[in-house]
Amino acid sequence: MKKIIALLSIFVIGISLYACQKPEDKNQIKIGAIVELTGSIPAVGASSRNAAEMAVKQVNEQGGILVNGQKMPVKLIVVDNAAQADQSAAAAQKLITSDKVVAIVGPNASLGAIPASEVAEAAKTVLITPWSTNPKATLDAQTGQPKHYVFRACFTDPFEGKVLSRFAYDQMKYRRAAVLYDVGSEAPTSQALLFKQDFEKRGGKIVAFETYSTNDKDFSAQLTKIKASNPDVIFLPAYYNDVPLVAQQAKRLGITTPLLGSDAWSSPELIKLSNGAVEGYYFANHYSPDAKTPATMKFVADYQQLYGQKPDDVAALTYDAFQVLFQAIAEAGNLDRQAIRDSIVNMPELEGVTGKIKYNPNSGDPVKSAVIMQIKDNQFTWVANESP
Amino acid sequence: MIYFLQQSLNAIQLGSIYALIALGYSLVYGILRLFNFAHADIFMAGAFVGLFAAVNLHFGFLPSLGLGMLGAAALAVLVEQLAYRPLRKAPKVSMLITALACGLVIEHLVLIKNPYPQYVPSLVPNYLWTVGGVSFSSLQLLIIGISLVLMLALDWQSRHTLLGLAQRAIANNSQELTLIGVPLNRVIMYTFALSGALAGAAGVMYSQSYPVIDPYMGVSLGWKAFVSAVVGGIGNIRGAMLGGFILGGFEIYMVAFFPSSYRDFAAFSLLVLFLIFRPRGLFGRMAVDKV
Repeated sequence: MKKIIALLSIFVIGISLYACQKPEDKNQIKIGAIVELTGSIPAVGASSRNAAEMAVKQVNEQGGILVNGQKMPVKLIVVDNAAQADQSAAAAQKLITSDKVVAIVGPNASLGAIPASEVAEAAKTVLITPWSTNPKATLDAQTGQPKHYVFRACFTDPFEGKVLSRFAYDQMKYRRAAVLYDVGSEAPTSQALLFKQDFEKRGGKIVAFETYSTNDKDFSAQLTKIKASNPDVIFLPAYYNDVPLVAQQAKRLGITTPLLGSDAWSSPELIKLSNGAVEGYYFANHYSPDAKTPATMKFVADYQQLYGQKPDDVAALTYDAFQVLFQAIAEAGNLDRQAIRDSIVNMPELEGVTGKIKYNPNSGDPVKSAVIMQIKDNQFTWVANESP
Repeated sequence: MIYFLQQSLNAIQLGSIYALIALGYSLVYGILRLFNFAHADIFMAGAFVGLFAAVNLHFGFLPSLGLGMLGAAALAVLVEQLAYRPLRKAPKVSMLITALACGLVIEHLVLIKNPYPQYVPSLVPNYLWTVGGVSFSSLQLLIIGISLVLMLALDWQSRHTLLGLAQRAIANNSQELTLIGVPLNRVIMYTFALSGALAGAAGVMYSQSYPVIDPYMGVSLGWKAFVSAVVGGIGNIRGAMLGGFILGGFEIYMVAFFPSSYRDFAAFSLLVLFLIFRPRGLFGRMAVDKV
């Protein structure tokens, strides 16, 4: 009997604690962020979380967002997905069902963004992925039609593959290209395929099309093969932890052919880990911290003051994702998930950190511009803008 | 031909790393009949000790290598003392699961300190020679050279020293050896130290040639080395070395002459084929299980 009473009292205390929490929640706008804090790309996750916290801090300093005629502060709930597909889906599920967020920002890598977007779509909750460039993130897996509740703040792989192939063929006058990519990773795979397609369409020749698996460190066999095919350029759409290894092994095999990279190169870690091996190479990116638009300059200054480092593209895109969301909530004027979704597609062009962002009613992919960067004196330097 | 020679050089370099790690699996299996799955993470820890020596203590290549070997050997002995020794009389599967757990513990201990991939500064002057179209670097030669020296030393050790004799004796029959005065615990401890030192050496050299390291670096490499040990005949020292070179060559030539995505598929298929058709490997003896 005593045991039952003890259990009951624990239960009652639990309920009352839970109930105590409730009213407080009522006056908050809860937004979830799924980021890669651990796992293979923790620098991406850390940047994303920093930008998310800064965006929320800034909006709260202005008193929050006007909802139902009352200014409400934003509460950010950050969840780590360990850069894993299954943990991303679980994180989205938890944020939607148990934390009851009004919308989710993240995950960043396509590997996690695609499964999480399926969960958000099924639960009719807005999810904005800042960094996932894979077309599948915003497309329904069964029908191939655009998802209704999933958006991205960045451009897509087809666009990036095309930009890079156009740059390689038209600007750099390369005619023979080799491709090396991680066959176990979504975004690099689709970038490699689309680069190949577009480069061949322009009249170029793909002389080697080689793969490796995630976590491989030895690329000597592939690079020797590529060297024998005698290319003008090696397209390497790889994450910042693989690029330094490839670049240094290539140098050691006597390869002098330049590498060409994707947006996944854009972490400052790339330069730290490469020890000069990537000097002079080009890659595509979502934004440049050197851009002279008011939104970018303010963002870069604020971020630098808060965290003591230049924001990378993940940070900029995460920040933009939050601006889109804040504006959508303000325009909806309430916390109805459907209303928030509708106000994103009807939103006028937003002056974001990464350029102008505008959504179409029938797509989660924004219309926006990309930049070509070069690594010069161990710095990312802006080279050219490529419009959509 | 040049292409073939260049790829062969790649294969020897990769193979010597596999062989060094595979030796550790084989040594421990020889005396304890245990697949020491923590071994891959001891290799990783060795690489991080080498990094610490290079960055914090400003050591050169050989002192870093030495400290990496020492650190990994100490860790291997520690794991044996803390985790395996109490379980020596328990069913084999308990020790196997403990080994997996120890590996994860080491991984996550290192992860706490180093969540980001780390750059390993180059400790070997980088010269590049091209002879008849084949490029090779100072580092490559050094890695292959040191690996061969270590392997020959180990081979000699197992044939010409008392410790080696005791190891081979235990491999034959550990039940009655204590009766004739073989200090079982000490031999086991030395064996773990040896396997750890080899893994540490592999770790430091590996991190010089693939200079971005993270706590998960041992995972896939550990499996490859395990395949090497099985292919060579687990428990057999020469077998483990040969297995390492066979697997290294198999992987490199697979990529060299077929689409590169077949690499891992081929490597692990080799394991399956050996387990089906020649489970004792190339050099292993038939295991006589007295149940």
